[in-house]
Amino acid sequence: MSSRRPIYLDYAATTPVDERVAEKMFRFMTVGGAFGNPASRSHSFGWEAEKAVEEAREQVAALVGADPREIVWTSGATEADNLAIKGAAHFYQKKGRHIVTVKTEHKAVLDTCRQLEREGFEVTYLDPEPSGLLDMAKLEAALRDDTVLVSVMHVNNEIGVIQDIEAIGNLTRSRGVLFHVDAAQSTGKVPLDLSKLPVDLMSFSAHKTYGPKGVGALYVSRKPRVRLEAQMHGGGHERGMRSGTLAPHQIIGMGEAFRIAREEMGAENERLRMLRDRLWEGLSGMDEVYLNGDLERRVAGNLNVSFNFVEGESLIMALKDIAVSSGSACTSASLEPSYVLRALGRDDELAHSSIRFSVGRYTTVEEIDHTIALVKSAVEKLRELSPLWEMHQEGVDLKTVEWVAH
Amino acid sequence: MAYSDKVIDHYENPRNVGSLDKADPHVGTGMVGAPACGDVMKLQIRVNDAGVIEDARFKTYGCGSAIASSSLLTEWVKGKTLEEAGAIRNTQIAEELALPPVKIHCSVLAEDAIKAAIADFRKKSVQGHPADHEEPQRLSA
Ligand SMILES: Cc1ncc(COP(=O)(O)O)c(C=O)c1O
Ligand code: FES
Repeated sequence: MSSRRPIYLDYAATTPVDERVAEKMFRFMTVGGAFGNPASRSHSFGWEAEKAVEEAREQVAALVGADPREIVWTSGATEADNLAIKGAAHFYQKKGRHIVTVKTEHKAVLDTCRQLEREGFEVTYLDPEPSGLLDMAKLEAALRDDTVLVSVMHVNNEIGVIQDIEAIGNLTRSRGVLFHVDAAQSTGKVPLDLSKLPVDLMSFSAHKTYGPKGVGALYVSRKPRVRLEAQMHGGGHERGMRSGTLAPHQIIGMGEAFRIAREEMGAENERLRMLRDRLWEGLSGMDEVYLNGDLERRVAGNLNVSFNFVEGESLIMALKDIAVSSGSACTSASLEPSYVLRALGRDDELAHSSIRFSVGRYTTVEEIDHTIALVKSAVEKLRELSPLWEMHQEGVDLKTVEWVAH
Repeated sequence: MAYSDKVIDHYENPRNVGSLDKADPHVGTGMVGAPACGDVMKLQIRVNDAGVIEDARFKTYGCGSAIASSSLLTEWVKGKTLEEAGAIRNTQIAEELALPPVKIHCSVLAEDAIKAAIADFRKKSVQGHPADHEEPQRLSA
C-alpha cells in the first residue's frame, strides 16, 4: 500500500500557502522578527510592523486596481461580506430597507441577508439563468425605490461562472444603489480594476489565492464615498470600520500572495485552462456526463460535472485518491443537494451527481490523467450498481416512473 | 464523513450485485426511494416452493451506507423464509454497519426494500400461477 496523499483538486475550497508567502510570514512573528503591534506608535517595533502592513495593503490594492486607503483588513471574505452588507444596510437604512441578491451566492452573503430580514429588512433573492449568469432585465425589474444595496458575487465558488459586474454596476450606479461584490474566488483568476469598475464594496480572501487562511479584506470605495456602520467595535483600527489588533503575519501573507498573483496570473491561468480542458476532454467522452454552468464565462481552474445515474457521495467515496468536493447530499439525511445547482434549474438527479474539480498552482498533467482514469472506472463501477443506469439502458424514461418516495 | 470498516468493505466488495428476471414468478422485486431524493434501492429475491429465499440481488443508487445496507441485506436474507426475512429490522443493519445517526435512513431504505420485494412476490404468487396454490375457498351460496 502506498501512503501517497490524494490528488488535491479542491483549490476552490482552499489553496496551500505558497512557500514564498510562508517564508515571508515567518519573519513577522518571532522575537527576532518584526513581531510588533502595528498600532504601537512609540517605538520601532510598531513602526516596522506598520510599514509592512501598509506595504501589504498596497500589494492587495495593486492586484485589484484600488487605492490602498480603500482596503480594510478583515478575518476573511465571510467577515468582509458581513461588514459590507450589514454595514451598508445599517448605515443607509433611512434611505430604504430593501436588498437584492442572487440565490447562488455564498452562504456568507445569503445568511447575512437572512439576518437582516430578521431585523426587518426585505431581501429579494434572484434566480440566475441555467448558465449560472444573472439576467440584467431581471435584476433591473427587482430594483425598487427603497433598494439600498445589490450584492452579486463575481466568480461562483461551485460552478466558477463569472458575472458581468461591470454591467451590474452601471445599472446600480444609474439607480443610486450601492453594489457589493464577493470576489473571494476572483483574485489571481480574473483581472480586476476597481479604478474603473462601478463597484462600491468588494470582499476578498487570502486563502483562495495561496495566502493564509483567516485573513481577508474589504474594498470600500472612496470615490464615490461609501460609508459603513462598524460591526466590530473597539480600538478604532482600520479607520473605525473594523477594530482589533491587526495580524501582521497574516496580512503580510495576503499581500505577498496577491503580489505573486499579480505577477503570475497571466501564465498561470493559461496553464490551468489547459489542465481543466484536458480534464473535461477526458471526462466528457463518457455517456451521460453534463457540465454545470457556462463553459465560456468561467474561471480557468473550475470544472463542475454531473455524472448521471451515479450518486455524488458514493462517487466521492470511490474517488478516495482524489480530493474533490460534491454538491450532492441525500435529501433524506436532511442534507440538501447543492442549492447552487438547484437554482440553475438542474434536475435533482443531476444535482445529486455533481462533482466540483478545481485545479491550481501545483496540479500536474500526470495528476489530471490519473484523475480521468480513476473517475472513469469509479463511474463505471457505480453505474453497474445503479438501478437507474440499468433502467436507462433498458430505455425506461425515469421521468415517467412513479417513485415510492419516502 | 468517516465510514466504518464494514461499510467500506461492502462498498468496495458489494455482495450479490445484479438483477433477477422480474417476470419470473419465483422472483419478488422491491424498488424504493426516488432519484430526486438521492437514493433508489432495488432488491430482488428468488423464493423456492418451500417459501425459502434461495437467492437475492440488489442494485442501489445512493450513498456508501445505502449500498452497504443493501449488500448486507442480500447476504442476510439468503436461506431465510419470507417470514424471517420480513422480520429483519433496520436497526439490526444500522448496528452491524455502525451507521451514524444521519445514515440511519439508509438502513430504513433497505428494510423497506426487502418488505417491498416480499410483498411483490406474494402478490405475484396469488395472481400469477393459481395452479401452484389452492384456489381461495369460495363460500357456497
Ligand atoms: C465566494 C466565497 N465567498 C466567501 C467565502 C468565505 O471566505 P473565508 O473563508 O475567507 O471567510 C468563500 C470561501 O469559502 C467563497 O468561496
Ligand atoms: S441514501 Fe441518503 S444518505 Fe444514504
